[in-house]
Amino acid sequence: VGALGHYLERAGIPTAGISLIRLHTEKIKPPRALWVPFELGRPLGAPDDAAFQTRVLRALLALLEAPSGPVLEDFLEDAPGATAGGDPMDMEGMACPIRFDAPQPGEETLEAAVLREVRELLPWYDVARERRGRTTFGVAGLEVEDVARFLCGWLGDAENQFIPATDHALPALVKLAAEDLKVFYFEAAGGQPQPLTSRALADWFWGSTKAAEMFVGLRERFREDSDPAFRILGANLMVPREQWSRFAIHDPWWRRT
Amino acid sequence: MARLTDFDELGREYYESMPMPEFADTPWATAKPARAARVAIVSTAGLQRRGDRPFSVDSADYRLLPGDVKAADLVMSHISTNFDRTGFQQDHNVCFPIDRLNELAANGEVGSVASMHYSFMGATHPDKLERTAEHLAGLLKQDAVDAVLLVPI
Repeated sequence: VGALGHYLERAGIPTAGISLIRLHTEKIKPPRALWVPFELGRPLGAPDDAAFQTRVLRALLALLEAPSGPVLEDFLEDAPGATAGGDPMDMEGMACPIRFDAPQPGEETLEAAVLREVRELLPWYDVARERRGRTTFGVAGLEVEDVARFLCGWLGDAENQFIPATDHALPALVKLAAEDLKVFYFEAAGGQPQPLTSRALADWFWGSTKAAEMFVGLRERFREDSDPAFRILGANLMVPREQWSRFAIHDPWWRRT
Repeated sequence: MARLTDFDELGREYYESMPMPEFADTPWATAKPARAARVAIVSTAGLQRRGDRPFSVDSADYRLLPGDVKAADLVMSHISTNFDRTGFQQDHNVCFPIDRLNELAANGEVGSVASMHYSFMGATHPDKLERTAEHLAGLLKQDAVDAVLLVPI
């Protein structure tokens, strides 16, 4: 957002921005910035903690009183709960969100396995949706089982592939469906009674679900595609960089660009 | 945890080598103190209302987030997979602090809250956002906005 600060300020609008990667803000030098020590995705620090969010917001608003700039201040209070429960050791015990039933005896395709997980998660998803009064699922405009079938279809027989009717270009629909499937899993895990850190949730999803296995497969599949839009999906948009080491992925594609 | 030391080696390399736009100097518009300012939020989280057009790779446009947007209508179509979304799933204020801003306006710490807020998709190269941002400045002035809070993801 640092560049937006430059553009808006130049047009006469005072700005104050949160900085997540301090190094980037040091390089861009926006007019007013507050560096926060929080995880990417949580610029106000912690969900459902109004008092903490308000402290961050007050510190940001206070930058408007600076007499001159550029200003880069640090907010040094760590987000509550940011580290607790993040230890992978916890996954052996209470922090494991949802254990799936063992697969049926015999061969189970990856698609059948993902659909089984989705069905097992449905009651938890419903509980979370009811408790939160909202869901962020549904941007792709598909039912969750169709999302799973569509994504798994890229790993199977191309002739029988399920392609839903859509206004989106196919690579765009793949991306939206991929995020929707993760939203469904993560919101379902959030339906569990005990609060879970983002780290515990990520460890559960990437470490124990068939859906994660599917995303690793999609990554491989799209990396080799002849269409550059699919190659971008494969390189950077299927498996988070933080999870690469878990799957022995070493593909620093940015060195080549 | 967004200290560079919180990332693994490849993650650090990625963020350290990411090309940044270069600016010769930093512009400065004199700001009113918050208690006297009409404040808008500009997010780069790829937020949108449900049913609005999703963002795509390199989207340089924005989505409108009306000040009275309901939490249940807020979804995210940022393309990146490299940030936590579970916080947003739990509470939109963790990246779009509209309820907190309204509370500060209600108790007088903020002058007033803009009628419209804006969302960009932050993975787009900043150079592509320049023209859109100039257009946005005009809209903000029409809404008598005195200060913009820029919130990344």
